[in-house]
Amino acid sequence: MQELGMAEQGSIRVSRKDNNVVVIEKDLATEEMVLSMGPQHPSTHGVLKLECLTDGEVVTSAEPYLGYLHRCFEKHCEMVDYPGIVPYTDRMDYLAGMNNEWAYCIAVEKLLDIEIPRRVEFIRVIVSELNRIASHLVAIGTYAIDLGAFTPFLFCFRDREHILSLLEWASGARMLYNYIWIGGVAFDLPADFIKRVSEFVDYFRPKAVELCKLLTENEIFVKRTKGIGIMPPDVAINYGWSGPMLRGSGVQWDLRRNDPYSVYPELDFKVPVPDGRFSDIGDCLSRHIVRALEMEESLSIIEQCISKMPGSEGFNPRSAVPKRVRPKAGEVYGRAENPRGELGFYIQSDGKSTRPLRCKARSSCFVNLSAMKDLSRGQLIPDLVAIIGSIDIVLGEVDR
Amino acid sequence: MSDMEEGRVLPQSVQQSAAAYEVVREAFGPAVSDFDANEFMPFFEVLETEKWQDIALFMRDHPRLKFNYMACLSGVDYPAEEKLGIVCNLESLGVLGHRIAVKVKCARNGGSIPTASYVWHTANWHEREAFDMFGMQFTGHPDPRRILCPEDWEGFPLRKDYAVQESYHGIKVPY
Amino acid sequence: MTFSAIPLISPPFLMGNNLNAWSEALAGLTISWFPLGLVIIAAIPLVFIALYALTYGVYGERKISAFMQDRLGPMEVGKWGILQTLADILKLLQKEDIVPTAADKFLFVIGPGILFVGSFLAFAVLPFGPAFIGADLNVGLFYAIGIVALEVVGILAAGWGSNNKWSLYGAVRSVAQIVSYEIPAAIALLCGAMMAGTLSMQQISVLQSGPYGFAHFFLFQSPIAWLPFLIYFIASLAETNRAPFDIPEAESELVAGYFTEYSGMKFAVIFLAEYGSMFMVSAIISIVFLGGWNSPLPNIGALALYDWTTGPVWGAFWIVSKGFFFIFVQMWLRWTLPRLRVDQLMYLCWKVLTPFAFVAFVLTAIWEIYVP
Repeated sequence: MQELGMAEQGSIRVSRKDNNVVVIEKDLATEEMVLSMGPQHPSTHGVLKLECLTDGEVVTSAEPYLGYLHRCFEKHCEMVDYPGIVPYTDRMDYLAGMNNEWAYCIAVEKLLDIEIPRRVEFIRVIVSELNRIASHLVAIGTYAIDLGAFTPFLFCFRDREHILSLLEWASGARMLYNYIWIGGVAFDLPADFIKRVSEFVDYFRPKAVELCKLLTENEIFVKRTKGIGIMPPDVAINYGWSGPMLRGSGVQWDLRRNDPYSVYPELDFKVPVPDGRFSDIGDCLSRHIVRALEMEESLSIIEQCISKMPGSEGFNPRSAVPKRVRPKAGEVYGRAENPRGELGFYIQSDGKSTRPLRCKARSSCFVNLSAMKDLSRGQLIPDLVAIIGSIDIVLGEVDR
Repeated sequence: MSDMEEGRVLPQSVQQSAAAYEVVREAFGPAVSDFDANEFMPFFEVLETEKWQDIALFMRDHPRLKFNYMACLSGVDYPAEEKLGIVCNLESLGVLGHRIAVKVKCARNGGSIPTASYVWHTANWHEREAFDMFGMQFTGHPDPRRILCPEDWEGFPLRKDYAVQESYHGIKVPY
Repeated sequence: MTFSAIPLISPPFLMGNNLNAWSEALAGLTISWFPLGLVIIAAIPLVFIALYALTYGVYGERKISAFMQDRLGPMEVGKWGILQTLADILKLLQKEDIVPTAADKFLFVIGPGILFVGSFLAFAVLPFGPAFIGADLNVGLFYAIGIVALEVVGILAAGWGSNNKWSLYGAVRSVAQIVSYEIPAAIALLCGAMMAGTLSMQQISVLQSGPYGFAHFFLFQSPIAWLPFLIYFIASLAETNRAPFDIPEAESELVAGYFTEYSGMKFAVIFLAEYGSMFMVSAIISIVFLGGWNSPLPNIGALALYDWTTGPVWGAFWIVSKGFFFIFVQMWLRWTLPRLRVDQLMYLCWKVLTPFAFVAFVLTAIWEIYVP
């Protein structure tokens, strides 16, 4: 970030490393223009507004304005009982509903201290890893669109469609599932679901390679993303970044590994981080690569789950679901690794009510986006678009 | 939990948190409360609110603490105590690996908490959100504006005694 | 039956000779002093291309992109959605013609007009066959390069007149891009002109005629011709704002660039102009480097493929198919590649294409002087 650009009053200097192109270097004060990017703009991924100050093509500052999609999640939580919150969590990061539900259920289950049946844990891992792939596909596809490549986007959506059908089959809904319940799951997996999932895994492996060839190895794509929006690891941690964003900065940190929950300790998977050979560590390309590699890890997690999963004889998916959720008084901060990073729920219970006293969602997009102002300083407008895309925000989760 | 059985072996993570707490206690003494070693979310409270910034910086930089990562900052309303507060979940990411939660409280009306956004950048938006929802001021905050609600929204929605405004720009609000 | 009898009964022969005769007869048709026949001949390709550009260019683009993206594309209107563009045109015609209140009305209205005129004026000098040419100017190529630059004015008028910051960005980017890329494009075409020794489009085409078909094309006439050919092709993508150089209308950055505010028929006109200039640059590259209306098929012994596939209608067929081919390549690239950044685009123009264009120019000159 420091080496990429600085903008001060009166002097603008943007230097770039690739090809040693010095984009702009001048000491003349020109009039800056306020450019309102969003809330309705193709590349803000929803209703985000960036108020940019621009000097020609150079963005001297970009101030994000949020709240256009604020649906009072936290207020709602105080109005409905614990199981009733699950469908609301779906609507936060609507691209990864399963993961959201799971993170919330982890928090409540921690507070309730209940034992989860083993098969339920495996079902949860399978559906949320499927959802992680679906979510990363959207992230990669929309990122391609941001950079002007249309075809990868549709390839991604074609493959995501398979996942959505699978999840629809399991839960009855395509995006807002309400499938993972506190203490269990809504239904057992349908017969043959596992077979279809392994078919999907076999189908998707070559498709992921194809996607990689089409996009990640594309010279123009690399030119547009390499060295753009570099976030050093210490600053990333200080900004509270998590998930692929943090790993893109070279920090090997994954809650599935570092604060393990569910059956992840039994599963063997890598936590991909960029090695700096193909991309500059911490740039947009690294974040993209991390997502692309994570899809393959998710595939291998799903395969392992399929082989390790206990059978469905005598299995009741709701056996551990409490009739009435009334945790004892206390506070808990439960979290899980979402496709976009750490999704945490801070829940405060008074021990008497079936509703939480306070339920705060720590959304990964919200936190990741907060670095936008620093990242965008002194960038060109096309790079600003590349940076927003690489943060992979879902405004439903940012605004909640 | 206060009613936790004596003699029960605490989980390792809580022991780590307790050890970290001891370091803070040593340095700040009465400014921090006793350690609440519950196993869901071990925490301590900052009793002298104005020292929060120093404590935060100390916790981030002390070689035995290294709480470099603020996972979450939640605003909380304590109507019984007539207080508002924040709960910060801190973690030493990739260095020492321990976790702890810190509570900071302030008076319910016109209270203020020193900002931690210079210590952890991520606190910037979290504090704006807490202000937006609860109305406590964060002294020294670089950008003290509402973040999710509109600038001219009345009241602080997540306070327990919040009553929604009747109309907003001519739109009837309660439904 | 001997081999020599085959041409007599083959359809190409019929089309060739009979239509030649037919077009000559038409050319001679005058009403008192007015050369009506020539005007009709000149108008046929224009009308044809306009129709093509509007309907089948758009339709083709949608179908090709759909094919590349595992989709079906338009399927509802008519068989395989073949009437989709017609339905779109009807829709655009019916739409309210909105001029934003804050817009500069004069510039806003005149922008699409200039664009349209600029892109279609060049059609006047495109030879669509030995007989089909609007105006066989002796500076045809020069005129074609020059008149396209008129588009810049239209784009700037549209972008400035919209009074929209995104439009302005789009317009400024577009002008910078088109003006810059005209330099390598013109130098690359100059190589072709040098090989021909003339600027007349018809003459350039005639010089590439010969019984060996494609071997007479300038692209294969000199070992360095591929360099200006490639440079012109890349530059033409930039001049027509096609991907990967669609920076002026980069919808993820600038919403829609200089035509953000346009709707209804004005939008359709801009669209038409875009497809028109796509075809225009494709035709120019085929004329200068790929023989224009000449058949690429060689005569092989008794198989007189070249002779069979030569004639006015065949000429039009060849040039249109060559144009189609380059448009297909343009679409292919558009649906495959991401977009470059502004500074990378300028880098490519000034530091890569322009020096190489000069190199190609010098090499072509040396080749033309020292190699017969």
